[in-house]
Order: sequence, then C-alpha cells, then structure tokens
Amino acid sequence: MKRVSLVAALAAAAVFSVSPAGAQTLKTVKDRGMLSCGVSQGLPGFSAPDDKGNWTGLDVDVCRAIAAAVFDDASKVKFVPLSAKDRFTALQSGEIDVLSRNTTWTLSRDTSLGVNFAGISYFDGQGFMAKKALKVNSALELNGASICVQTGTTNEQNVADYFKGNNMKYEVIAFANADEAVKAYESGRCDVFTSDVSQLYAQRLKLATPADHIVLPEVISKEPLGPLVRHGDDQWFDIVKWTLFAMINAEELGVTQKNVDEMAKSDKPELKRVFGTDGNLGEQLGLTKDWVSRIVKATGNYGESFERNVGTGSKLEIARGLNKLWNKGGIMYAPPIR
Amino acid sequence: MAIDARPPPMQLVAKLRRVLGGRSGWKGLIAQVLFVAALFWIGYEIFDNARDNLANQRIASGFGFMSHTAGFGVSQTLIPYQESDSYTRVFLVGLVNTLLVSVVGIFFATVIGFAVALARLSPNWLISRIGGGYVEIVRNLPLLFQILFWYLAVLGALPSPRQSVSVMDSFFLSNRGIVVPRLVGEAGLDGFLVALLIAVAVAIGLPLFARRRLFATGKPMRVWPWVVGLLIGLPLIAFLIFGKPFSLEVPVLRGFNFAGGARLAPEFAALTLALSTYTAAFIAEVVRAGILSVHKGQMEAGASLGLSRGQTLRLIVIPQALRVILPPLTNQYLNLTKNSSLAVAIGYPDLFSVFAGTTLSQTGQAIEVIAITMGVYLLISLVTSALMSLYAWRINRSMGA
Ligand SMILES: N[C@@H](CCC(=O)N[C@@H](CS)C(=O)NCC(=O)O)C(=O)O
Repeated sequence: MKRVSLVAALAAAAVFSVSPAGAQTLKTVKDRGMLSCGVSQGLPGFSAPDDKGNWTGLDVDVCRAIAAAVFDDASKVKFVPLSAKDRFTALQSGEIDVLSRNTTWTLSRDTSLGVNFAGISYFDGQGFMAKKALKVNSALELNGASICVQTGTTNEQNVADYFKGNNMKYEVIAFANADEAVKAYESGRCDVFTSDVSQLYAQRLKLATPADHIVLPEVISKEPLGPLVRHGDDQWFDIVKWTLFAMINAEELGVTQKNVDEMAKSDKPELKRVFGTDGNLGEQLGLTKDWVSRIVKATGNYGESFERNVGTGSKLEIARGLNKLWNKGGIMYAPPIR
Repeated sequence: MAIDARPPPMQLVAKLRRVLGGRSGWKGLIAQVLFVAALFWIGYEIFDNARDNLANQRIASGFGFMSHTAGFGVSQTLIPYQESDSYTRVFLVGLVNTLLVSVVGIFFATVIGFAVALARLSPNWLISRIGGGYVEIVRNLPLLFQILFWYLAVLGALPSPRQSVSVMDSFFLSNRGIVVPRLVGEAGLDGFLVALLIAVAVAIGLPLFARRRLFATGKPMRVWPWVVGLLIGLPLIAFLIFGKPFSLEVPVLRGFNFAGGARLAPEFAALTLALSTYTAAFIAEVVRAGILSVHKGQMEAGASLGLSRGQTLRLIVIPQALRVILPPLTNQYLNLTKNSSLAVAIGYPDLFSVFAGTTLSQTGQAIEVIAITMGVYLLISLVTSALMSLYAWRINRSMGA
C-alpha cells in the first residue's frame, strides 16, 4: 500500500539520516536532473494528466516554473500524484521536493507537519455542489443532508464547524480518493459534495451531465492554496517562494510569454534587476541571472497561467475574482524583486 | 512425597544454566545477555535519532496528540461520538467499526463458505456446478472491484430517499441504506428481557442435556421444537403479564433523509457483502479440501448405519474434517479482518480510514499513528489465532487425538 510505504520511508529517513533530511534540496534536485513534484491525482485546471500523460494545470505550472528556473527546461519534472491524506507524508519523507497540490495554508500544517508554505497561488474558499433537481438554493437549507467529502482535507473539518455553528444535522461520508467521493455523490448516496469552490468546478466537469449540478452561493471558509516545502532548507524554501512571486510580479510588470525577450532588453532599472542585466538577484537565490526569463518563457506570467488553466481560456471558466492583482481589484500580491 | 529430593537451589541453578545458556553453559548466557543488551542499545539509538531528526525538522512527535480535539464528523458510530471528542475517541470509534465488519463478515463468510462447499460436493450435477462457478468467479475478481461493485453499482443504483421502496410505510430501502422501525423500551421491558434471558439460557443448556442423555441412555432427543417454543413462548408470556415491552419508532422522511428508526448504512452493507462473499469462496475451498480429506469409508459407514447424507456429514465427517479445516480457516479470518481496511474506498469509517487516514493527515504524526494501527491489527490477528487454536485444541481433545 502506498500509504504504508510512504510512512516506512519517513521512518527510515528519520532513523538513519544524521543531518536534517534534504538540507541541500537544490543540489539533490540538480544531481538527480529532475524536480520531483507532488500533485493531485487528477484535478482539471490545477493538476491533471492528458491522455498522453502530460500534466497541465495551475499547480503544475508552479512545478514547471521551478524546473525552468533550475534547469532552464520545464519538462524536467517528475509528477507524483498524491491523495489528500498521503501528500504531507510524501513531502516529509523526501519522496517529493515540493508539494503543489491545491493545499490550504493553515497554522497547524505550517507548524506540526514540519513544512513551510511558500506563498499563495490561489485564494479559494469551501463551498457545496448539489443536484439542481434537489432544489436547494442555499447551504443553510442543508439540515439533515448527507455530504460526500475527501478524507484528509480541511474540508472535512470545515463542514463539521459549519453545521455545528448553524445548528444543523448532517451525515458525512469521507472517501480516500476524490474520484470515489464524486462517484458516490453522483450515484445519489450524498445530497451534496463539498470541497474548495475551484475544485467543485473542476470535479463538476467529470460528471456525466455537469449542467445538472449547481454550486451553492455560500463560501464557508478561507482556503489559501499554495506550494510548500520541508522545514530545514531555507535556500530551497526561498527558491520556491520567489519562483511563485516572479510569476505574479511578471504579470504586474506586463511581462508575458510573448514579449519576454523584448522586455529583457529594456533599460528600465526595475526590469534590469528582474532580468538580471543589472545586479545578481538570481544568483543570490542560488539560481542564474536570467531566472525570471526562464520562468516566464516556460509558463507565462501568473495571469497567463491562470487564464489558460482555470480561467476563460479553459473549460472551468472561473472568474479571477480575489485572484486579480492587488492593483486590479483583487488581493494577489507579491513582494518586490529587488 | 520424596524425602530425599535433591536440594532445590542446586537444581534451580542447573536448570537456569541449561535454559539460559544452552549447551555452552554460563558462557552462552553471557553471550546472550550481551546480545540482548546490544539490541536494546541499537533500539534506543534508533528511537533517539528518529526523535532528534523529527525535532530538527520540527515535525511533531510523541503521543500527546491523542488527547487533542478531533474536530471532524464520523457517520455510523456504534459508540457515542461527536466532533468535540478527542483523537483517542476517534481511534475507539474506528476500532469498534473494524471489529464490527470483521465479526459480521466472518460469520457470513463462514456460513456461505460451508454452504458453497457442500454444494460443490453435492451429488446433484447442477448444484455442484453452481458451487464451482461461484468459487471460480468470486475468487478471481479483485476484492476492491467487488466492494466498489456492491457499493456503486448495486446499492448506489437504489432510488433516492424521496423515491424509496417502502414496505408498509415503515421499512424503506433507498440509496441511503435500509431504514427500519426502531424498538424503544417501554414499561414491560425488564420482565420481557428476563424472560428472554431465561429462554436463551435454557436453549443453550438443552442441547448439552440432550447430548448427555444420548450418551447415557442411547436415546436421541429432538431439541429444536423445545428451543423454538421456549424462545417464543416465554417472552410472549412475559408480554401478557407485564405489558408491552417496546413501542416502535417508525422512520419518516424529513427533508433529505429519514428521521427516527434504525438504519443499516450502504457503506457497511457493501463492505460486509463484499468481504463475506469474497472470503466465502476461499473458505469453501478450505472446507471442501477438509471434507475430502476424511476417508470415503466414513461416508459409507454413515450410510450403512442408516444415517441420511446430511446427518453423516454433520455428525461424522465434518467433526473429523474440522481438524484439517481450522488452520487455513483461521488464515481466511485474518485475511478478512485485514482486507476490511479497504473500507476507505467507500467511506466506511473503519480504523484505517478515521485513524490512519483522517487523524494521520490532520496531525501529521505518521510514525506514531501507523505504529498504533499496525499494533492493533497485529493484536486482533493474535487474538483471533489464539481463539481458533483454543477451539482446535478442544476438538482434538474431544476426538482423543
Ligand atoms: N484545500 C483543501 C482540499 C484539498 C483537496 O484535496 N481537495 C480535493 C477536493 S475534490 C482534491 O483536490 N482532490 C483531488 C485528488 O485527490 O486528486 C486542503 O488542503 O485540505
């Protein structure tokens, strides 16, 4: 079983290693020639393989951007599909170098799991999906409902809080894999399916007739999703963090996949710093001077990746909403590259 | 009493020396002590290093989390549970659920397994083919597939609660499971229970008495009419004297689900069905092999005594076959218990799901949680084996082997 072998790997790593495991992740990744990146088991728009086994999605782009920054080759990523409950063990045990799997940043995860969240790549919240035929218009009408959810998610706890807080009864059926949870919902075992709203849209695409299902208006929690790494390797933490920030800053500066070469020749001091024609910011991270060009060439800026994977350019058609840049009415914000 | 027994200290020392040191005497003992000490030292180093490393990576360790609040809901619990309970409670809820499917699964697997084995051995061509077909089909399909089949294809295909199939407006079959009226205790309950208890005690004692009489006088006695009569009659009398023991709480559809009544959830039903039918196929083969291992002459002897086929099997062949059947049967019981952890696939809250699943990912204490879980499965297995060995020992003794 995957789970037991992951735990065995973790135990072995804990028992036999003398220095904190993976203190030199960048070197390990370079020696291996591959970035090992934990993703979901198939969530359209965020991380899903196509029929040829090529992974795409917003979370996948974060992995590709890191690979581009390190190797100048976005294809040097090994994707490791993980269920919600196995993902942290995989990171702790060193099986993956970074986890980019629609994972919510919470205090207890940040502390007791031995991980560091490297920023927020998507501001989300939890919601409910129901069959239209059920004729519910609000989550507050769900008293007594059966609810399908995936084990090992924040969703499992939020739903308990929400129903308790609103004095409603519920029955929760928790599945190890998203696919089975969705199938059980579709077969009618549950009245509603709950998860982060973005994932509701993604899972809805997998249903036989997506149009028969609606997402209820209530958003019952904050789910800031982002990539995370192991404790104990600050350099690697910085690289992952600033790769994401570079994507967001690129959008803010108007650098796109198309115009990146053009912009790199710019005389503007800010762009010269970003593109490494002035100073050595990339090298301070342990990367090369042209790290931002590499990233944007590989995946585009944050906005491009968003639209291509989950936005208007995709089947999900999610509105940018909170995820608009801070100066465009959203809250997406990255510290400056300087 | 022997007066000239050797002084006990001497003997004790010699014995100790032999037991502990083997053939090489005291030298051997020292070697063994050193060996054990070395093992302990290595074990301690491993433990210490692991703890240091976890602390360095700032991964929480230790068992303190067991008293923290779980904060998630579990459906289908036999013992009371709510979100504000601790992880220890979650552990118990999961354990009880695992034991429940295992025990119920083992019961049905055994019954179905014996029936299929007897069918396969039946002289009737059709029946024996059906038995054979069952074994071949069920045994060769992956268990996970069968669990999902029962859950999604069979039980999932049932109508929704609002369109449920109902019998007399009090039994409802839907994709939420089977909902039945629930018994709620009334004034006559105590008297009724006492009567029932007496009836059950007599029903257990009577066959023993009949057996004694059979051995003493050679006269067989028909027990079952008495047993049935008592089990129905005594409680009935109690009912007439003390009044109504229960009232029925009939389930009604309210909103999405049924309120009131008792419910058999589809997750439990699917898991038990799949586990027991699957394991039954293996048990059938074990039982068939056991029966075939009993010499054919025994069957013929029974027939020549004028016993029917059923009687011969029950009284002569199966008791002898049991000696062969029990060890592999124990294996099947252990397999069933371990396989019950596939529950996670269909959301049945067993130990593996709520503890090694949700608890693990919420606390992140993988090593501790998996260690506890493995320990518990090991313990369940050991207890099952011990019980089966005890049973085997009794059978062997009673057969004078
Ligand atoms: N953001 C939440 C939920 C993440 C999550 O696992 N969501 C499910 C909801 S469907 C999912 O993405 N499953 C896809 C998979 O397991 O492959 C968390 O971090 O706990």
